[in-house]
Amino acid sequence: MKLDCKHVWEHISEYIDGSVGAQLREEIQRHLEHCEICSAILDSTRNILILTADDRTFELPVGFSERLHERLAKEIEKSTQRPNNE
Amino acid sequence: MQAAARQEAELIRRIVAGEKELFHELIRPYERMVYVTIFSIVKNESEAEDGAQEAVISAYRHLGSFRAEAKFSTWLTTIAINEGRKRLRKAKAAAESSIEEEIEEKEGDYTPAPLTDWREIPLEAVERKELRVALRQAVANLPDIYRQVFTLRDLEEFNIEETAEALGLNPGVVKVRLHRARILLQKQLVPYLKTMAPARKGFFRRGL
Repeated sequence: MKLDCKHVWEHISEYIDGSVGAQLREEIQRHLEHCEICSAILDSTRNILILTADDRTFELPVGFSERLHERLAKEIEKSTQRPNNE
Repeated sequence: MQAAARQEAELIRRIVAGEKELFHELIRPYERMVYVTIFSIVKNESEAEDGAQEAVISAYRHLGSFRAEAKFSTWLTTIAINEGRKRLRKAKAAAESSIEEEIEEKEGDYTPAPLTDWREIPLEAVERKELRVALRQAVANLPDIYRQVFTLRDLEEFNIEETAEALGLNPGVVKVRLHRARILLQKQLVPYLKTMAPARKGFFRRGL
């Protein structure tokens, strides 16, 4: 069976996650070998995901960690002074 | 159980037993996750930071109720999500608007955009700052239900089951929303991608 592009697009997310069945996976791979458009779509989507997981893309506010631990330190101090009164 | 998970379980045991100071150490690897998760719901930096602090304090107070057979990251994420939702409800109530219903958008075009003059995004392009800015914007523009799934799965790299558990959804719904989120992002970002010069094929494959 020959897959068309639309069919490949429907499975692109699952294909990236490696969760399509073996047969479908093989068909998609065969399609990708010949289809520049789908290959480009797949690669661009994949690269977006790589960029998403890059810590520099979604940065924490400056000083976030310091403020968090300061607050936590106060809470810990409070709770250890009055262990039964949360 | 893997070594890291065993170490974490031991850390939790000691904290519950009284070595409270160790909570700093326990939470450190997850700070970012808590912030990003709440940000994906409230979409506001200072709200997300306040929420992250509240969520961490709440996790500290309730650590005794954490079940050892659960995964700490999932448990913590659930707390973060609840905190985010609470804040969103408050913000929406303040704005006198009703809470958006979590329904699947049936309409909408979920087909990716073709890139005709292009082979593969080179590493340098992915390194470019403007692409990161564009991606942040594109993620912020996603419908809420898609952004939350996308954030846990692709930003925090939870698997499908963990994402489903944290959001109280079934895995099938997670997969559909994830697919749509990824396609919507691809479509939004194509204008930034297609001007890139071609590069070696297969250079930047993600092992998933």
